[in-house]
Amino acid sequence: MTTQAEAARAFDVAEPEESLGTRIWENIKGGNLGSLPVFVGLTCIVVLFAFTAGNFFTAVNFNNIIVQMAGTTMLAFGVVFVLLLGEIDLSIAFLSGLVGVICAELQKPASGHFLPGIWPIVAALAVGALIGAFQGSFVAIIGVPSFVVTLAGLLAWQGFVQRTLGAAGPIIIENRWVNYTAAYFFSKTAGWLIWLLLSLAYAGSVIFGVVGKRRHGVAIRYPVLVAVKLIAVPAAAAVVVLICNHDRGVPLAGLLMILFLLFWTYIAKRTTFGRHVYAVGGNAEAARRAGISVARIRIIVFMISGFMAGVGGIILAGNLQSVDPNQGGGTLLLDAISAAVIGGVSLFGGRGEVRAAILGSAVIATISNGLFIIGYQPGTIFIITGCILLFAVTLDTLARRRQAKTGR
Amino acid sequence: MAADPAYSAEPPILELRDISKSFGSVQALTDVDLEVRRGEIMALVGDNGAGKSTLIKIIAGIHAADSGEVLFEGQPVHISGPKDAAKLGIEVVYQDLALCDNLDVVQNMYLGREAHNPLQVLNESEMEGRTATTLKSLAVTTIRSIRQQVATLSGGQRQSVAVARAVMWNSKLVILDEPTAALGVAQTEQVLELVKRLGQQGLAVILISHNLHDIFAVADRITVLRLGRNAGYYDRTATTQQEVVQAITAGAPTKVSGIPMEEDVEAPA
Repeated sequence: MTTQAEAARAFDVAEPEESLGTRIWENIKGGNLGSLPVFVGLTCIVVLFAFTAGNFFTAVNFNNIIVQMAGTTMLAFGVVFVLLLGEIDLSIAFLSGLVGVICAELQKPASGHFLPGIWPIVAALAVGALIGAFQGSFVAIIGVPSFVVTLAGLLAWQGFVQRTLGAAGPIIIENRWVNYTAAYFFSKTAGWLIWLLLSLAYAGSVIFGVVGKRRHGVAIRYPVLVAVKLIAVPAAAAVVVLICNHDRGVPLAGLLMILFLLFWTYIAKRTTFGRHVYAVGGNAEAARRAGISVARIRIIVFMISGFMAGVGGIILAGNLQSVDPNQGGGTLLLDAISAAVIGGVSLFGGRGEVRAAILGSAVIATISNGLFIIGYQPGTIFIITGCILLFAVTLDTLARRRQAKTGR
Repeated sequence: MAADPAYSAEPPILELRDISKSFGSVQALTDVDLEVRRGEIMALVGDNGAGKSTLIKIIAGIHAADSGEVLFEGQPVHISGPKDAAKLGIEVVYQDLALCDNLDVVQNMYLGREAHNPLQVLNESEMEGRTATTLKSLAVTTIRSIRQQVATLSGGQRQSVAVARAVMWNSKLVILDEPTAALGVAQTEQVLELVKRLGQQGLAVILISHNLHDIFAVADRITVLRLGRNAGYYDRTATTQQEVVQAITAGAPTKVSGIPMEEDVEAPA
């Protein structure tokens, strides 16, 4: 290393500098669109509905959309990781139903297996994670295609739900923690307190990053960008809290989404595990040669998928305050996968961000909410969601081709 | 060219003696010798099926030799896996690169060996800083930003990243498998310059290539394999392309004079 360090001084060559604008333009030209299309799309949708749908642009409806999208978003977080690997998980919707049913069973007061407080949630989530790991090991160790493994899961977990609830009928959920996940709203003061804490944590992490770069002599490429981030993100969050407080307050479901967003983003971007997920998704052979245990990464990712399906299942159960034999059915699976894809996660693996889950889910929830308010039938809503999904995947495919071209 | 270090008293970085290897009934290598010294670029040439890849895989620890000795810095060693090889300071840059297109340059340089704290949290600043230092030390400066995705690099730049990654880990011996095979003329020049610089920085380099022009541009010495045996050993300055081609296509399976003579000089102290 010493020889290299000495040579570094001898060879010192200035790095070519480029302005922030050039960088962004180059990225767009190179097909590196990031979250830009979905941000633009979401804004267009909101503006459109604000003018056409009567009760759309209200604080009450804002909170409704947050609660409606929370369950799907949780599933979509898991989908993001699975898609980053270039795999697919079709079992999540019915797995979420199964976890909801297990949770409902465990909170039934008169049954022999009653658990108090939050324990039904904890136990049910553990089952979700274990099932995810079980499916993942078929993919990772034996090499069965994930499509088939999770298709089998889709059928089997649906069967479990129907067998459990078939005779007894729906289970009413009385456990307040489960119901809180969808129905609790923080007081106005608590809302602002949460805003303050999250903003401080965000500012802290940004500044910590800058200090770390200074210490290792790495230049801060775009100081303007850092400043904009420091002001814009807390400001945007303040607007959200303001709107929520105009209605019932900040929903717990919304806070859970944000906390999971921060947590999974941290895992994906700041830990060796996250880096290895991207590496395996990008080039599994290169990852293997670099000494990464590909099987381990795959199993953990399917475990995350199962766990997040469970979290979504509990919020969905809390939303209805009950579970019925149709738990996890309907469009949940396709909504969750579409959310991740619309949000900009590539189906081909290795490209995408955790925030795609929340952005894509917001697009889907806003469209169905707005069209419903205007008075469209569910059929029309499906058609429009389908078109948007096709558009998003087309954009991704074009971006990939663009990238391949700029490579040479 | 750097000052000729080949005949110093120092033992070679890597010395293979009488390596044989068979796969079932196929005799892939028979009593092959190879040595490479600090600061020396040793070209390993031969036709398809001459045993170059097998020999490299033995050095990298992917195959075990049936018989023969491997000496690293004069000490007998047993390399039983890629991790052993990396621990000794041997890095192999394979033909198909093994870079992840979706990751940026820094992320690829540290792939599988990320700098992190005990909680597995990445230390991006340290990785970025050291990547910049390494690339500068190798004068790989055509890359616009080390935070750009490898997918957006040219073939020559990718190869440079792959080579730089091999160099970064305090490696002593870098093995390059056909580094210019897929490159255009300008990019080939770029990579060959980089290979020369590795030698100037005191690394030992084994360069596998089909391209005699490349070899005569950078190599100090040339070892020829034919049908799994040594078929020639040349000093680049004292030979011609004609002679090397002759050895590749029709060389007699003989151990060449240079090597046994040196063994006296470099007997382990």
